[in-house]
Amino acid sequence: MAKKLMKGSEAIGEAAIQAGCRYFFGYPITPQNEIPEYMSRRLPQEGGCFLQAESEVAAINMVYGAAGSGARVMTSSSSPGISLKQEGISYIACAEIPCVIVNMMRVGPGLGGIQPAQGDYFQATKGGGHGDYHLVVLAPSTVQEAANMVMEGFDIADTYRIPVMVLGDGMIGQIMEPVEFVPPKKREVPPKTWAATGWSDKSRPRAILNSLYIEPEEMKVVMDRLLERYELIKKNETRVEEFMTEDAEYIIAAYGTTARIAKSAITKARAQGIKVGLIRPITVWPFPYEAYSKAADRVKGFLDIELSTGQMVEDVRLAVAGKKPVEFYGKLGGFVPSADEILEQIKKMAEVK
Amino acid sequence: MAVVFEKTKMLTDVPFHYCPGCTHGIAHRLLAEAIEELGKEDEAIGVAPVGCAVFAYNYFNCDMMEAAHGRAPAVATGIKRVHPDKLVFTYQGDGDLASIGTAEIIHAAARGEKITTIFINNAIYGMTGGQMAPTTLEGQVTTTSPYGRKKEHCGLPIKMSEIIATLDGAAYVERVSMHDVPNIIKAKNAIKKALQYQIAGKGFSFIELLSTCPTNWGMTPADALEWLKDNMIPYYPLGVKKEVEL
Amino acid sequence: MAKLTINEDACKGCSLCTRVCPKHILELNREKLNAKGYHPIHCINMDECIGCASCARMCPDVVFTVER
Repeated sequence: MAKKLMKGSEAIGEAAIQAGCRYFFGYPITPQNEIPEYMSRRLPQEGGCFLQAESEVAAINMVYGAAGSGARVMTSSSSPGISLKQEGISYIACAEIPCVIVNMMRVGPGLGGIQPAQGDYFQATKGGGHGDYHLVVLAPSTVQEAANMVMEGFDIADTYRIPVMVLGDGMIGQIMEPVEFVPPKKREVPPKTWAATGWSDKSRPRAILNSLYIEPEEMKVVMDRLLERYELIKKNETRVEEFMTEDAEYIIAAYGTTARIAKSAITKARAQGIKVGLIRPITVWPFPYEAYSKAADRVKGFLDIELSTGQMVEDVRLAVAGKKPVEFYGKLGGFVPSADEILEQIKKMAEVK
Repeated sequence: MAVVFEKTKMLTDVPFHYCPGCTHGIAHRLLAEAIEELGKEDEAIGVAPVGCAVFAYNYFNCDMMEAAHGRAPAVATGIKRVHPDKLVFTYQGDGDLASIGTAEIIHAAARGEKITTIFINNAIYGMTGGQMAPTTLEGQVTTTSPYGRKKEHCGLPIKMSEIIATLDGAAYVERVSMHDVPNIIKAKNAIKKALQYQIAGKGFSFIELLSTCPTNWGMTPADALEWLKDNMIPYYPLGVKKEVEL
Repeated sequence: MAKLTINEDACKGCSLCTRVCPKHILELNREKLNAKGYHPIHCINMDECIGCASCARMCPDVVFTVER
């Protein structure tokens, strides 16, 4: 298929359709409205259903119902709306229902602003809703990667019966880049024999999709199963990009939009003789701790750059485990750092005057 | 001799966890029998609420999903949009439907979502131990209205059937009661009719069942039925509130 | 001529059936405790049962099977 120039949000919508998603439930919020708008145009053409819910709360529960009855389903929102979805996400995680949730992060807390930010890292990777669960969280840094992640996200969700979040930011959603829709590597996706589709096939047990387990013994069985699955996902799905790290003396830690700006800064720094590289988590959950801990044995220091007051840096520090200094540079308010600004930080870390 | 009454196969063998004399059990039976009589046992998909009926998935012998508090109509919407040919129902109490889930029920009705909602109104929060509900009557004493519900403080109870009936998407809305056998028979007919509206694709159907909570009302099951008849029916009049042509 | 079968272990002794029985032949069995710890309902005079199934329709725990 030829490359097509598309806006990030629209590419995400098309990628979902290419992956077989025929149901989308959402609620308007800036800066991700192009996703529901795109789906409202495209899904009827594919015999699917787009429904604008009365709230994000309702939208995520429609996802629960539709995905629980066996369909590939997506919803999208931006930070304040994702907060509203957290209750539903927790239920979906416990009921082990696969779906894809897109968060185009905007600056916060509170109503915040509509500019790009990365302040939902904790929410996305450490739980977000109540209770003990994880999502697989994919963090795209280009439009192409966002499309790939949505397509593969459905496969990951179905393989592990887990909700998958694509954690972008306002920038990824709004920029236009060439994109092509390439099916991901084929996986053995198990059939959805657990889905509530009406009990006409009596060879399977009656489907009960539930997250209530009053007996501790029963709750423990579910939680043990989730824990086992999370360990399997950590083993199989952790993904990371290393850029110019072979000879690097310093490592930048960044994800999403920030990481791609960091790459430009690294190229500039290299031209000035500073040996710096990038370790970019592609999955922020599971987090690629090993890549950072290995690098810690050979480099002089780390610089974590985020559009936040410092969230992912905690995971980087966990991985580095005090072996080397980990500096932090956060760009706040909805601003995005320039490559030169990051270059200045690199120089400061490398103590280059 | 012929069997004139036996437990419907649409109910599992799991005994109800409800308190002695609680009318939830009657409502479960009526819905289950209605589904069986319509021959839709294999096509039914139910959504359980949060509240006393949270374990409904253990009792209805069909595929079931358990929703978050108040969200059953949204969950049912998701199911029905994927499976328009299936019989999709929600079973919700008054805290679930008339308080925390008002947005979901109103919008499901407004969209004319082709689902059926069974609404249990017993004027109290049962599962959590007898707190005031949006449907608690004026003057009624609960654990969070210990001096009786006061209009000046928290308004008067919500009449959900009347509200739902104002929405164009609602095809069939009826309020029934379970305080005696003739009314129980009427309630069953109402539920069956509501399901028929769904099967005919006419829109949203809604049956409100006036119910008792002997435990939290602090009454014997028999006295609770009398209290329902004497106090609830005057405020919540029985009857069909909305009916489009079937 | 009618027959009432009672699933005693499902009975919670709420007595709603006794209120609607036109023949007043249902009573709690004070001599007995069921698995749940309730005095279950029993029929004190099956010969009088007319098989109207009012008890079954009123019962919240679906304990009755009625034949006629």
